Amino acid sequence: MNSTAIDTWTAVGRVEDIPLWEGRRVTVGGHRIAVFRTESGIHAVGADCPHADGPLQDGLVADGCVTCPLHGWRFSLLTGEQLGTLRAKATSTLEVYDVGERDGVLLLRVPAEQLTPVAA
Amino acid sequence: MSLAQGIVVVGGGIAGQALCEEVRRRDAEVPLTLICGEQDAPYDRVRLSHLLADDEKADTLRLRPDDWYADRRVELLLGRRVATFDPDAGSCALEDGTALRFRRAALCTGSDPLLPPLPGLDLDGVHPFRTPGDCAALAAAASPGVRAVVIGGGLLGLEAAYGLSRRGADVTVVHLVERLMERQLDAAAAALLLPAIERLGVRVRLSCQTRELTGVDGRVTGVRFADGELCPADVVVVSIGIRSRTDLAADAGLDVERGIVVDDRLRTSHERVVAIGECAQHRGVVYGIVAPIHEQAAIAADTLLEREGPSYGGSVPSAKLKVMGVDLVSVGAAEGARAVVAADADVGAYRKVIVDAEGRAAGAVLLGDTRGYELLVETVKRGQQVQDPLALLVEASQATAEDLPENAQVCNCNGVCKAEIMDAVRLDGCASAREVMARTRAGTGCGSCKDLVFEVVALASDGVVGDEPAYLCPCRRQTREQLAALVRERELTSVSALTAACGAGRDCGACKPGLAYLVSEVAANRHREERHARFINDRVHANIQKDGTFSVIPRIRGGVTTPHELRRIADVAERHNVPMVKITGGQRIDLLGVRKEQLPRIWEELGMPSGHAYAKAVRTVKTCVGTDFCRFGLGDAIGVGIELEKRMEGLHTPHKVKSAVSGCPRNCAESYVKDIGLVAVEGGWEIYIGGAAGSRVRKGDLLVKVADGEDAIRVALTFLQHYREQGEYLERTCAFVERVGMETIAAAVLDEESGEPARLRERLAIAKAAAAPDPWLERHDPIHPNQFSELDTDSDPLPQEA
Repeated sequence: MNSTAIDTWTAVGRVEDIPLWEGRRVTVGGHRIAVFRTESGIHAVGADCPHADGPLQDGLVADGCVTCPLHGWRFSLLTGEQLGTLRAKATSTLEVYDVGERDGVLLLRVPAEQLTPVAA
Repeated sequence: MSLAQGIVVVGGGIAGQALCEEVRRRDAEVPLTLICGEQDAPYDRVRLSHLLADDEKADTLRLRPDDWYADRRVELLLGRRVATFDPDAGSCALEDGTALRFRRAALCTGSDPLLPPLPGLDLDGVHPFRTPGDCAALAAAASPGVRAVVIGGGLLGLEAAYGLSRRGADVTVVHLVERLMERQLDAAAAALLLPAIERLGVRVRLSCQTRELTGVDGRVTGVRFADGELCPADVVVVSIGIRSRTDLAADAGLDVERGIVVDDRLRTSHERVVAIGECAQHRGVVYGIVAPIHEQAAIAADTLLEREGPSYGGSVPSAKLKVMGVDLVSVGAAEGARAVVAADADVGAYRKVIVDAEGRAAGAVLLGDTRGYELLVETVKRGQQVQDPLALLVEASQATAEDLPENAQVCNCNGVCKAEIMDAVRLDGCASAREVMARTRAGTGCGSCKDLVFEVVALASDGVVGDEPAYLCPCRRQTREQLAALVRERELTSVSALTAACGAGRDCGACKPGLAYLVSEVAANRHREERHARFINDRVHANIQKDGTFSVIPRIRGGVTTPHELRRIADVAERHNVPMVKITGGQRIDLLGVRKEQLPRIWEELGMPSGHAYAKAVRTVKTCVGTDFCRFGLGDAIGVGIELEKRMEGLHTPHKVKSAVSGCPRNCAESYVKDIGLVAVEGGWEIYIGGAAGSRVRKGDLLVKVADGEDAIRVALTFLQHYREQGEYLERTCAFVERVGMETIAAAVLDEESGEPARLRERLAIAKAAAAPDPWLERHDPIHPNQFSELDTDSDPLPQEA
């Protein structure tokens, strides 16, 4: 589906497009973003694992964290920080994106200067 | 009696065990006897505090199982003490009168707790903190409301206090000096440790001298201090230090000061005798900690075997406090010519590096934040030149397993360095962290390095091997047995229900695929399927690749295909520009580089069922051409292989199960190295199980020989179900067979009279009947509209199944 810019918020689909406790990827303004649906709500972080570019949207999701399917690196969905015993360098933190929901529509906020203009 | 050739090791503690291991590593033949005064085989004293704090069982402390001694021909004498020791004659006599002769001997007699000359020490309720017996007595005595006093604020005293406090006792630590752990800490670190210990609910009295222990009717009632104050106590632990056990050495005329005096080859004053561990005194120092034992044992083993080798130059002491919530590591000196400190009193973190007058790293103290301590310990042990101590501190706080030098010691208890752990994975093919720990002993001492061991294991295996499989859910410390019992008892049918019942799978989620398997196995596939609990491969029924694309491997039973099928596969590959088509090791055809959203369309056009090459499930059955074409074939490998595959396909297993059927012992289908391997021989079929030819190569064990192919299939299926029910998640059959043992497996799988094999087959039949015959049919009936698509991709719509 095409993304539509609303201010700096972008509608990326409906809540039910993502199965509970799973993730799906969306690209907004050149940002590849993994959006997850948990019981506590929707979370959005950078989709590419900093270790080896694994697809984090395909990872296992639990209480506020996701585990990369390729090599098991784990990140907080709340802060983007790396978790667990596979410690990485200090730089391995995911971008965290603001998420909103209006009438079941999922909205992501990507900083405006990073958005490419959307054709009317 | 001829001249004795053997080695006698006196003392079955960590030191005696370490020495036996080092001797056997160098010489498998020399007669070796280990004499233990205690009834227990050598155990790990360092972990004693876990008995008290974590309720571990005493037998979990054992360093090696019985068969270790039998396999390596180490004669183990338990509960036997040496009465007389005569190195000149090369003989010693045990208390029961047995005489032993030796060419060389080692004294590893350890130490006794140092007891101050206090009135009342003999009262009931007063304990040292030294043996499993002491721990058992303390565990029995400590309960909520009980008042306990620990005399001694050193490492062991604090661990005892922590253990008592965890059991609910009201604990006071009494320390003679003005700060805790004064041998390891400087004043600033000790000042931060104090509130951390107090937060555990332990009261601390510093600069406090004990005058006497008071008692009524022979039972301790309190501790009176030098200032006259009385602290009431129901239990008193005395832990103020150790005293080397040197009687035997002194009686034999060896030089003894505080300990048995040894030279740089660990030789005592008698050339036939070495001494190591807490009973030995080297260059005036008696080490009361574990790490030097391993350094000493390696050199003493050379000396015992009369081999050249390096000299012992002493050890840099290092210590790690095993108290939950208080991270503390110290190495070397706590103070020196120059020091750099990074401290944050608010969070209780203190990190200090000490450099001596020559600019060498001389010590480090890390409290509250022990990141990178391995790097610092290594730097101090080597006495490396440090230009910029501040930079070293910063570097250490960012260090990962990758940054550690190869010879950095990871496990200080057992003296295991990073390279040994890496080799265990890369060269020895250990397939789980537990195997690595069993082989190298790393992480099996105090356990505080376990995380790092996992990290190094993960590093060596590129993340493939890393978790601790002893627990199915490591976060909640739940084993497969515990969880299976819960699933059965409450008749749980989904991972969510199991998580709700006990928390397993809630924290990190990594165990959810294991829970999903467990639930499906117990419910014989009549569980409620939840895809969030499945690894991505089992959500989309394809194997994820390094670039996030997938591989598609259709079922080609027995590896037998047709021109028509090949043509269709070729057409599909061309039409969808599949980047690579490859023949797999399992005799199948792999379409690589397929995007997730392409999967349903490709499956539809292939018109073949899933090969399950992505799942922890029954994989392929390889075959040779058997009697169909081969002039040596003894059995119908293709026919039996295809039938076996049909009867197993679609079943999930604790780990992947690879099979093969070979028509003769030339083994062209490689049956000997498969999880299940059938081999036709003159007069029947042999069934091998537990073979492997991955990172680890292992020939399978012969389970049984049977008369015909149908019998062989029946035995294979019976074993498959036994493994499905008893295997730990992610435990390959090679590890399963070694863990459980062939005898147990044969009894369960072959003893038809018991009825169990028939029951196994019945449960297998029920599970097979309920298993999805072909998950690729979900292309018509997706489990979720976006099963195969992202938010911004769409999969080709396919007609719904009528």
